[in-house]
Amino acid sequence: MADTLLDIRGLNVRFSTPTGDVHAVKGIDLTVAKGETLAIVGESGSGKSQTMMALMGLLASNGRVEGSAKFQGEEMIGLPLGKLNRIRGAKITMIFQEPMTSLDPLYRIGKQLAEPMMRHRGLSAKAARARAIELLELVKIPDPERRVDSYPYEMSGGQRQRVMIAMALANDPELLIADEPTTALDVTIQAQILELLAELKQRIGLAIVFISHDLAIVRRFSDRVAVMRTGEVVETGAVADIFANPQHPYTQMLLAAEPTGRKAPPADNAPVLLEGRDVDVRFSMGGGFMGGKKLDIHAVDHVDIRLREGQTIGIVGESGSGKSTLGRALLRLNHGTGAIRFGADDISEASRQEMRRHRRQMQLVFQDPFGSLSPRMTAGQIVTEGLLVHEPQLTKKDRDLRAIKAFMEVGLDPATRNRYPHEFSGGQRQRIAIARAIILKPQVVVLDEPTSALDRSVQKQIVELLRDLQAKHGLSYLFISHDLAVVRALSDYIVVMKSGKIVEEGSTDQIFDAPRETYTRELMAAAFGK
Amino acid sequence: MLRFVLRRLMSALPTIFIVVTLSFFLMRVAPGGPFNLERPLEPQVLESLKRAFLLDRPLIVQYGHYLWNLLHGDLGPSFIYRDFTVAQLIANSLPYSLTLGAWALMVAVFGGIAIGSYAALKQNSFVDYAVMSIASFGITVPNFVLAPVLSFVFAVVLHWLPAGGWGDGGPANLLLPVISLALPQLAVFARITRGSMIETLRADHIRTARAYGLPTRVVVIVHAMRAALVPAVSYLGPVAAAVLTGSVVVETVFGLPGVGRYFVLGALNRDYTLVMGTVVLISVFIVVFNLIVDILYAVLDPRVRYE
Repeated sequence: MADTLLDIRGLNVRFSTPTGDVHAVKGIDLTVAKGETLAIVGESGSGKSQTMMALMGLLASNGRVEGSAKFQGEEMIGLPLGKLNRIRGAKITMIFQEPMTSLDPLYRIGKQLAEPMMRHRGLSAKAARARAIELLELVKIPDPERRVDSYPYEMSGGQRQRVMIAMALANDPELLIADEPTTALDVTIQAQILELLAELKQRIGLAIVFISHDLAIVRRFSDRVAVMRTGEVVETGAVADIFANPQHPYTQMLLAAEPTGRKAPPADNAPVLLEGRDVDVRFSMGGGFMGGKKLDIHAVDHVDIRLREGQTIGIVGESGSGKSTLGRALLRLNHGTGAIRFGADDISEASRQEMRRHRRQMQLVFQDPFGSLSPRMTAGQIVTEGLLVHEPQLTKKDRDLRAIKAFMEVGLDPATRNRYPHEFSGGQRQRIAIARAIILKPQVVVLDEPTSALDRSVQKQIVELLRDLQAKHGLSYLFISHDLAVVRALSDYIVVMKSGKIVEEGSTDQIFDAPRETYTRELMAAAFGK
Repeated sequence: MLRFVLRRLMSALPTIFIVVTLSFFLMRVAPGGPFNLERPLEPQVLESLKRAFLLDRPLIVQYGHYLWNLLHGDLGPSFIYRDFTVAQLIANSLPYSLTLGAWALMVAVFGGIAIGSYAALKQNSFVDYAVMSIASFGITVPNFVLAPVLSFVFAVVLHWLPAGGWGDGGPANLLLPVISLALPQLAVFARITRGSMIETLRADHIRTARAYGLPTRVVVIVHAMRAALVPAVSYLGPVAAAVLTGSVVVETVFGLPGVGRYFVLGALNRDYTLVMGTVVLISVFIVVFNLIVDILYAVLDPRVRYE
């Protein structure tokens, strides 16, 4: 093809680790034509990012690359650093997954934008600054003359990603590599960034390699799709073909991985299990001995909520909306005010000792399956730790039997209970966290973004597990999430939060089919691309 | 910023007050006194000396008296060097300690940061291991071993350098004391810098800089070095104070007329006011250098803001 921009042939990436070599990319072939958008889709560990890192000479120091990657006919693999540096940042540019940390925190963004322009095009500092302001305007940063002198920490994640895009466009590149550019952002911001990229692509006509784990995004955005799995490209094709007629079973599985099904609401006369009235939580930051200005944050602003037996309330909202804080306040895990009733008891003023009696009935599962399990305890010890407090009469053997039962219930092999958390995958760890909660036979489980750190296909399994456990044990869930697809599959009632307040609530069907508030509609549009 | 500096200096006053109080009473708990000599003094002479230095008054009165004088900037007379005030003794010896300390500090900071950064760039290479072994050596060998050994080898055996004394304060006289004083600190700076540099080189924004075709030199010096310096800077406060106010050991081994020597002699002779004077001096230095470190933080990292 005459208009081939990038031609990757037989590319291999290996990482040497203390436990032997890891073959991350296994001899893949990929091409990108001029002006084309190629999406590389795959779950974590599929090698999609490492392929592009290898091309750009950005592999970690233990990484080795073999094979060929020709950019405009020039071989990139093994290119001396001096020559590579004339291509990187000029003809090929990148934006990364981590908008919060990809810019140097110590320099003004104007300087960071100017640096590659001065380097590659020999612009003067003054000319580069003028162009930086233009670029900020292009990526729709308000008040660019002033913002050019901002530091990254003075900007939000979405704005920082816009700055990265501006940096990527500065030298009119031929190819833009976007490595999960929206994954770390809230859904509404995500939609804005994608819109911006799509618009710029049309205007400038550059080729894009778009790396993502999210098929929904890819569909709207790309011309062709390459599906990767464990270092291999299992299927490539035009985006319409892949979605209409996926050939490979893995692609079919990915397409079907969006959690499905709905939950029926509990009976109308189901008793109220957990109720919060006028719940209000404020945090103050700063102040203290050395003085300084105090900053008050009103995290939860006079919220009423009632969870009935067998019910699942989905609490949705963007980061900082107060949804996790509300969940914790209802379990009396932070210093909120308001009346909280659990069953027949008023627990608003209960002391720590009094709360202990209720604690086993109310359990919590966290978002981060890596940080929330102690690395120094075995999975079995983690799962049975609560029994030591709540059922001290059990012998070691009894606890072990209970652990085996709990492991089977969450779909883990009981033989693995003597392993440590790092030996499990993310999804398995989340199962351990769920086993830890249900072994105490609770009535309420607060699930704080339990699926957000997981790949789509694993998410689906966890959603199904949670649904089964609920049916079996008559559990009530407070399900906190920003992921509307998962919320829809799991909840029968939904509360939408923004800046600490409930802006809308109603049954799942009501909220999804006929959202009343603009904010809810924005969330929907961003999540489902309507 | 000015308000921050003033507030920090104000908040240091209680610290200095506590240090002064504790050292005042600890000194008095130690057995003996300034006039317990090998050949006892005549009782009348002792009495009049005690009266002259207020030692016949209750301890609390002496303490009040010392504080009152201190507030007026008066460190009192020396009990042993009776022709001098403590302030004079310090004023005479401080320039020597400052000269020695400033050189040692510069060698430790610049040498340590350069070596540490270089080792980080060559991580896990032979150079890295060699440099870090030398650094470990520098940390483990205390200067009361290093200083005599250096003096023995280069002065006594090889006759290359003088064994001690200030002389004209030239390089020949300063070289060995500066090395003895700087090496352990240099080693610590090298280790800290290496660690933070390795971490910074893995940071996302360094990957960005490389992805945009900036040459390694620019990536390291402009982007990585600045972030990597922050932990090293935090170690600067206590080190600067310790090094600049004179190393007791190094000044003693090389017979240099610095403040550190008076600190030792003062303590051994129970020269209460002289010890108190050096303690006050060192605490003021520590406060000032920690303040300088905080200001350096703000210079290095724009996210640090003081109100």
